[in-house]
Amino acid sequence: MTTRRTTLQFDSATEHGDYDHLLEFSDVSLAFKGIKALDGVGFHVDDGELFAIIGPNGAGKTSIFNCLNGLYKPQEGSIRWKDEDILGTRSDRIADLGIARTFQNIELFAHMTVLENITLGRHVRTKTSWWDGALWIGPAKKEELANRAVVEDIIDFLEIARWRKYPVAMLPYGIQKRVELGRALAMEPELLLLDEPVAGMNLEETEDMARFILDIREELGIAMILVEHDMGLVMDIADRVMVIDFGERIAVGPPEEVQNDPNVIKAYLGEEMDL
Amino acid sequence: MRTRPRLYVSYSSEMALLPTWTQKIAALAFLAFLVIVPFGVIPGLGFLSDNDWLKLLSRVAIFAIGALGLHILSGLAGQVSLGQAFFVGIGAYTAAVLGGEVGKSTWGLGLPIWIWLPAAGIVAALVGALIAPTAVRVRGIYLAIVTLGLVFFGEWIFRSTPFITGGAQAGREFPSLQFRFWKEEVPFLDFTTDGSWFGISVTSEAKTYLLLLIFVIMAVIITKNIQRTRTGRAFMAIRDRDIAAEVMGVAEAKNKLIAFALSSGFAGLTGAILGAFVGRLVPEGFSLFMSIQFVAILLIGGIGTVSGALLGSAFVILLPRIVQDFTGFLASVAESGSGFFSWFAGIFVSTGIDDPGIVSTLPGTSPGLNIGQFNLFLYGLLLIGFLIFEPLGLYGIWIRVRNYWKSWPFTY
Repeated sequence: MTTRRTTLQFDSATEHGDYDHLLEFSDVSLAFKGIKALDGVGFHVDDGELFAIIGPNGAGKTSIFNCLNGLYKPQEGSIRWKDEDILGTRSDRIADLGIARTFQNIELFAHMTVLENITLGRHVRTKTSWWDGALWIGPAKKEELANRAVVEDIIDFLEIARWRKYPVAMLPYGIQKRVELGRALAMEPELLLLDEPVAGMNLEETEDMARFILDIREELGIAMILVEHDMGLVMDIADRVMVIDFGERIAVGPPEEVQNDPNVIKAYLGEEMDL
Repeated sequence: MRTRPRLYVSYSSEMALLPTWTQKIAALAFLAFLVIVPFGVIPGLGFLSDNDWLKLLSRVAIFAIGALGLHILSGLAGQVSLGQAFFVGIGAYTAAVLGGEVGKSTWGLGLPIWIWLPAAGIVAALVGALIAPTAVRVRGIYLAIVTLGLVFFGEWIFRSTPFITGGAQAGREFPSLQFRFWKEEVPFLDFTTDGSWFGISVTSEAKTYLLLLIFVIMAVIITKNIQRTRTGRAFMAIRDRDIAAEVMGVAEAKNKLIAFALSSGFAGLTGAILGAFVGRLVPEGFSLFMSIQFVAILLIGGIGTVSGALLGSAFVILLPRIVQDFTGFLASVAESGSGFFSWFAGIFVSTGIDDPGIVSTLPGTSPGLNIGQFNLFLYGLLLIGFLIFEPLGLYGIWIRVRNYWKSWPFTY
């Protein structure tokens, strides 16, 4: 771990275990005092798959992520991770299982540097306790150095080396988004939840981000769920797309199929009326 | 000889506590300065070796340990606490019971320092851990109120357990800074009597000061190490964005509990050492004022930095003495001299019953504030001033001065 590698690779390489789907989200309903945010939504994600969720604003896309992360607790349905029910599991335990996430509105730790932010992602992959750290001996020191090597690989991968020591609050928006992706990658996840990774970006930044997402899939084989409004991006890179509207699933399938689905067109463009 | 000695070639050298040679040398020079202070050989600063100044510096060291504890809780983990005095009290009385002698009505086991000192930290940390689950449920100003309640609760407990604390206004004797293997008559290391080390005579005050210096250095290293490793990062993540931290796998309740326990542990050590240093404490001492002193140390020094906690301790503890000396100086100027300075000093200082002024050097009734009142006034003024004009405190001022000289004569 201490020697430098040329490309980013994780020791816990994703391998298909003995389970049906990596993630199975079935018939989940979530309501806030009578307002239904999700109404019997179900889908599944397999190893290494890039699954996209699209839908108009307020359709419930981020709610799905919050359910997966354990931030919201759905009233009905089940969420299964490698055939095991994770509904009601605490957020930090879910992170421990290998589900990482980036946020729609950047949720970086503003007063920490880029290095510290990404290294925090290593939290679930490290185990030394505070007293090891307090004395900076043996295991803690070894772990910190190993962490640093992984973090530097991620920094190389995302091409943010020159911002390494800056407090993240000082960085431009596009770079902050990249740092957030780096922080999620540092967790060596098996499933990465990307909540609008290119929202508010210009064309160049969008293309950069698309390249990173594709690289993550090709080189690291990490499965991803992508929530995004940029239809061009979604249709270009997603393996399968799910469309939701008002908390209900209205279509799921390969991009070209979903694009021509009459229900989807209705949700996005509205219904034709005879006047 | 490497051609680029300042180039980092390994992560371990870049991640060191003092990564550059400038920092290493500066730290070493400052340390050497602190070590020779009690021997009075520094030109111009010889007065620091006076016993009353050494006692003040020792008090700075004692408060710095507690302030570092609060820095872990408030500066790193972002949990505002007004309860530090309570944990200082817990530590002090743990030390008193374990290490103190049996009094007329007080308990005491007379155990040696290597038991009562760590025990004071551990017991305070355990009490902190016990309270943490309740405290972590609330945040911000509400946590401040909960911990405020703790101080009043603690004061009541300390007053109503005279067999431990000696009772209100009476207080009790604390164990002294003497190192024994067990309960033998003659300690093998004694910080309460004058003696000579390596042929140099040292007073008990100088000895105590040097011992406390070692304690502070240890506390600083531990705090810095926590700050740069896994647990410290988790604390800072919770401080900056608690929900994101949880989603990244940081167990919020567990880490807040660790922060609470560490902070309380440091406070407990402060209490034990303070008791041993002062000799006799009354239970009223562990009051809200002490808690506010710790918060003031962090705010004035610069919250979120170890240097800030140290600078703040020195400032807050030394300020009253400096004000007192300065007022005395002004009074002498006002009385003796004539001319503009004397007139100016006369406005500030009141030297007699019929001499109006802001501060009075006379005991009893005279116009103007007495020194104690003036100090409190100044204290409040400084707190407000720092909060408004320099939220990063003394540390922030230092950074600005440093950056100015770094680029001098250019402006940036």
